[in-house]
Amino acid sequence: MTLPDAEQLVDRLAEQIRREATASVALVGIYTGGVWIAERLHRALGLSTPIGTIDIAFYRDDYKKTGLRAGVKPSDIPFRVENADIILVDDVLYTGRTIRAALNEIFDYGRPTSIRLAALVDRGGRQLPICPQFVGATVEVDLDRTIELRRDEGGRFSLALTPASAPPP
Amino acid sequence: MSADLQINTAGKLQHLLTTEGLPSEILLQILDTARSFVSVTEREVKKVPLLRGKAIFNLFFEPSTRTRTTFEIAAKRLSADVVNLNIATSSQTKGETLLDTVANLTAMHADMFIVRHSESGAAHLIARNVGPDIHVINAGDGRHAHPTQALLDMFTIRHYKGEFKELRVAIVGDILHSRVARSEIHALTTLGVPEVRVIGPRTLLPRQVQNLGVQVFHDMETGLRDVDVVMMLRLQHERMNGALLPSAGEFFKSYGLTPEKLARAKPDAIVMHPGPMNRGVEIDSAVADGRQSVILPQVTFGIAVRMAVMGILAGN
Repeated sequence: MTLPDAEQLVDRLAEQIRREATASVALVGIYTGGVWIAERLHRALGLSTPIGTIDIAFYRDDYKKTGLRAGVKPSDIPFRVENADIILVDDVLYTGRTIRAALNEIFDYGRPTSIRLAALVDRGGRQLPICPQFVGATVEVDLDRTIELRRDEGGRFSLALTPASAPPP
Repeated sequence: MSADLQINTAGKLQHLLTTEGLPSEILLQILDTARSFVSVTEREVKKVPLLRGKAIFNLFFEPSTRTRTTFEIAAKRLSADVVNLNIATSSQTKGETLLDTVANLTAMHADMFIVRHSESGAAHLIARNVGPDIHVINAGDGRHAHPTQALLDMFTIRHYKGEFKELRVAIVGDILHSRVARSEIHALTTLGVPEVRVIGPRTLLPRQVQNLGVQVFHDMETGLRDVDVVMMLRLQHERMNGALLPSAGEFFKSYGLTPEKLARAKPDAIVMHPGPMNRGVEIDSAVADGRQSVILPQVTFGIAVRMAVMGILAGN
């Protein structure tokens, strides 16, 4: 199958958020792809609140199976989470487990007024009751494939299908 | 003592017993992970759920306040349950007794032991005798090793100085009795620090210390010249039997770190000390409390580094 053009999806996502969100909204990107997308959206929407970045490694539900991987990034939310309107940004939405972990992490910074979810690609296969408010595209791919967001040296995004290294987490 | 005991069949860290023989990738993984835990400790909720439901036993056969407390805080910030056992050592304490204690705690479903003992090799002995699901961290054994102290020192150096590959580091004082010095030397050389110096009187330097890849100095004036990092050691009164030193005052005159002696180092050199400090013996208060001192940040970083070690071990 052919995957949609990631650059177009970012534009589409920015359009959707522009229609619905106020200027005071804050973005939180999930490492790594979600942070890339959040950075792009932040520029496109001209938001004033700096973006937050989170690495969900310390909140994963498969820690007992997989342990801590190398290369955990420090999470950093440089704005007050208490009473904030947050849009959580990820590249590929799948089982929903990453989002569950991210929600828990955000609440350890404070109690936001609301959190909405933006995903560049929704590939279905949810294992938790999690539903995005902003989606670039919905795609269907085989279970043995992973959708990977890539960024070239010029900063251009593309999507690629790679063999899944493990069954859905 | 072999480093192999520390690495499991999957090539991952099973126990942390010594920095000797640990590959730089593992040292760096710990330091990188610790950086992420520093950001956790700056939040509103300074806790992550990683070790929920795990039981960690602080087994301290030798007194310690700072190390035990920072291990306890670290474990609690990982959401583990912590039990502190301060077990007074007696001269009768034998290997068998130690292993009996451990067997009993294992029967209480311990997941991790943090061990401080006056006998070198105590943590190794425990590590050799526990099941594959149990992890052991050496929190200081005799004169042998104190790997988490060395790692938090490496974290501190990296925080203030960046790359290890261009540094000149001096370790000063009672190297002979210091498990901290030994662990630091192994970590520094593995991480690629090109020049590690040890400075101390002949009586307080181990024989053949240069075989560890360090340069030996007996006076502060030449030893401290142009160094980036000064790592002071505590003068270990309690480990000294016999007259290795004329007096604490004499020691201070020659090897105590004063502002005058520190002026030999680079102007932006940092001063470290593993604590507890003997002010006026190995370090002058003007230096301990001075602008180049990073002694208190060391303690703070120690929590994040111990969280990283526990987080990595419990998942392996």
